[in-house]
Amino acid sequence: MIALDIAIKNKFYPNSDSVVLKDVTFKAKPGEFIAIIGPSGCGKTTLLNMLSGLEEANGQKLLYNSKTLLDNSEYQLGYVFQQPRLMPWLTVTENLQLVLPSAQQKKIDTLLTQVGLAGKGDYYPKQLSGGMQRRVAIARAFSVNPDLILLDEPFNSLDAPTAAKLRLLLVNLCKSCDSTVVFVTHDLTEAINLADRIIFMSNSPSSIIHQVKVDLPKPRQESGSIELAWQAKLMSQYPQILSGSLSTR
Amino acid sequence: MLLSTFMSPLYGRFIMLIILAGLWQSTAWLVNSSDFPSLLLVLDSFIYHFSQGDMVANLSVTLTRVFISFIIALILGVIIGILMGISKRVNQLSDTLLIIALNIPALVTILLCYIWFGLVESAAITAVVINKIPTVVVMIREGARVVDQDLLSVAKIYKLSLRKTFFKVFLPQLYPYIMASARAGLSLIWKIVLVVELLGRSDGVGFALNTLFQFFDIAGILAYTFAFISIVLVIEHLIFKPLDKLISRGHHCDSA
Repeated sequence: MIALDIAIKNKFYPNSDSVVLKDVTFKAKPGEFIAIIGPSGCGKTTLLNMLSGLEEANGQKLLYNSKTLLDNSEYQLGYVFQQPRLMPWLTVTENLQLVLPSAQQKKIDTLLTQVGLAGKGDYYPKQLSGGMQRRVAIARAFSVNPDLILLDEPFNSLDAPTAAKLRLLLVNLCKSCDSTVVFVTHDLTEAINLADRIIFMSNSPSSIIHQVKVDLPKPRQESGSIELAWQAKLMSQYPQILSGSLSTR
Repeated sequence: MLLSTFMSPLYGRFIMLIILAGLWQSTAWLVNSSDFPSLLLVLDSFIYHFSQGDMVANLSVTLTRVFISFIIALILGVIIGILMGISKRVNQLSDTLLIIALNIPALVTILLCYIWFGLVESAAITAVVINKIPTVVVMIREGARVVDQDLLSVAKIYKLSLRKTFFKVFLPQLYPYIMASARAGLSLIWKIVLVVELLGRSDGVGFALNTLFQFFDIAGILAYTFAFISIVLVIEHLIFKPLDKLISRGHHCDSA
């Protein structure tokens, strides 16, 4: 489990002057589940890529447990991308083995059972449906016992029942792993369902416009009445918040 | 029913061969010239050279040369191709050199190698390798340029070792390109090897063809040609086809 302390002053697009992220500052407690919501194209993926070290973060403050985040040799990172990004030439089991330091067949079998893919270990990714491939990607992220796990709209373009099933799976895996989670989405219901805290971002150049703690008991229900009421209250307070503005009109 | 049996791919292949053979045999009868030997004459010549022993010896010598130069050219070509594909700098530096190398006539390299290194085995191999490397490089470079960065970022996130990243994530994406250049390579290399043998070796298929040419033994020339083509066909079925299957695993599956 790690704590995050992020302060990004200015993040430019590579080789250009236009700013993607401006004054993005937030903290996360160890084990906290943070959801980030913003209009599309606002730089949410860039933020995750900076947190993961894929994108340059020169001159920005990215700290975990008060040490720089970029030095990721000291903690384990799991990243679930928008696309599953599995190696098509490796079977499901081999894809998991790839990220593990040694062959841990038992662990892989347990994980595959957890994500409901028991017995599918010898399948190639292309033999699986889109939802199954994402489950493999989630299993891969959790197989390394991540201290920090980043998820970039992992349930995008899935049908509603499948997405609901995967959300439940994610909740259970997070519980068993004690990871700190940063979850990017554009779906408010999904964020309310999963997160301890929601961070809202503005249009590009993006900054944080609002942070709200989701003080609802867990486990939460898909479209439960308390959850819907909470969402309705927020939306009546800030009707434009999902399009990246705090205006009350 | 009968028609569909004949149209199946395996039968189709044999039927084409039989039609071709029939056409050849009848044309040879019609032309009736010593410059156009019939299929049966070629077969006779094949059996003669085969039983004499010289054909087996020549074929094995040529095959060895093809094999050695093929391996060297492929390994060097893949290494250079990858370097040029992933590094803009290396590419800029060696791009012109590559175009020059691609366009030097095979014959010139062969002659120069013989002049500079003497009429020795290593000169022959070097000449073939130099001829082949540039075409391998061109193909592998294209492959290395379009390697999926998304998959490489997975390797980075999960802190895969350099070795694992290269062999499990990077190289598998190049297999189709390596396979294509291996196929194209084999057919080109054995043709160049024959020229090399013709010009400066005293054994091998190229040398044998030269000798046969001196005697206008057209049936012999054709017998050798068929012998070599059959070997290449066998290599295709015993090595390339199974390799194809191996590297395309996971790529052509229907979604569940």
